[in-house]
Amino acid sequence: MADTHSTVAEHAEHSPHLRHHFDDMAQQFDSATLGMWVFLLTEIMFFGGMFGAYTVYRAMYPGAFASTSQFMNPFYGALNTAVLIVSSLTMALAVRAARLGEQKALQLFLVFTMIFGTAFLVIKGFEYHEHWVDMKVPIIGGHWDYSEFPQFARQAQIMFCFYFFMTGFHALHMVVGLGLMTTIFIMARRGTFSSSYFTPVEVSGLYWHFVDIVWIFLFPLLYLIGRTKKLI
Amino acid sequence: MHSIPSVRTYVTIWVILTVMTFVTYYVAQVELGAWNIVVALLIAFFKMMLVILFFMNVKADSPLTKLFAGAGFFWLILLLGQFFVDYLTRSWMPEGKMW
Repeated sequence: MADTHSTVAEHAEHSPHLRHHFDDMAQQFDSATLGMWVFLLTEIMFFGGMFGAYTVYRAMYPGAFASTSQFMNPFYGALNTAVLIVSSLTMALAVRAARLGEQKALQLFLVFTMIFGTAFLVIKGFEYHEHWVDMKVPIIGGHWDYSEFPQFARQAQIMFCFYFFMTGFHALHMVVGLGLMTTIFIMARRGTFSSSYFTPVEVSGLYWHFVDIVWIFLFPLLYLIGRTKKLI
Repeated sequence: MHSIPSVRTYVTIWVILTVMTFVTYYVAQVELGAWNIVVALLIAFFKMMLVILFFMNVKADSPLTKLFAGAGFFWLILLLGQFFVDYLTRSWMPEGKMW
């Protein structure tokens, strides 16, 4: 191990992807994974704050929150959950293919992941459209009509606000994820990855799975509340 | 680095996750009172653990990464815990009533 200066011969020995401040590829990989997890922790806190605020308001206005479930489409929600879980599977298989150095399989699974990710956003778009048609978008100026449950007309706006912010930020993360996948796909096409270097695939996969986890919580909390309630 | 999980493992996890999605969907239609939310969150937590341990492969990560992943959730529990200790114990709040 060279302590200060590496020679030309040493350069030839190690992978061109090994940065000089790491001992070897394994250490570099572990560091990158750890770094990605640190980033994901900040993301956990970001979404955690929204989940916390949601819980406070739901505890304050349970009736109003339950009433909004009449205007959510749990079928779309469940379908999107399934779509996202499939995309996580194809992502995991892409990382596996990268590790094994199977370039064709890697590219194929990345394409599948992008297709399912896009399908998720399209379905989400249909849902947003339904809310718009239903007049359930409490923006300033008001695209809002809650005459079905006039007693909750104000408080239900809070829930829809949470709905649009939480699913909106989640969708934004999906868009970023699709950008990452496109980048990784181009890198894969150029032959950047091998069984000894696949770190970008791995850390992008961690991000993709994290976004999946956020949705796993959003689905029951936004779509499945108050489905059994006979509303007052 | 890590041992590479088999395709079979990934597909099994995917099947369990999909089945749990259907379970959470149908359980929500059954009146369980306050338990509805508990069951929904337990299922979500279970699904999350499967994704973290297998899809994200934290199971095979270095102890340091495991510590960091765990610390994140510990901190989240602190955040939410302190939050609820305050807000969910304010007996003067409207709680389900209108103004």
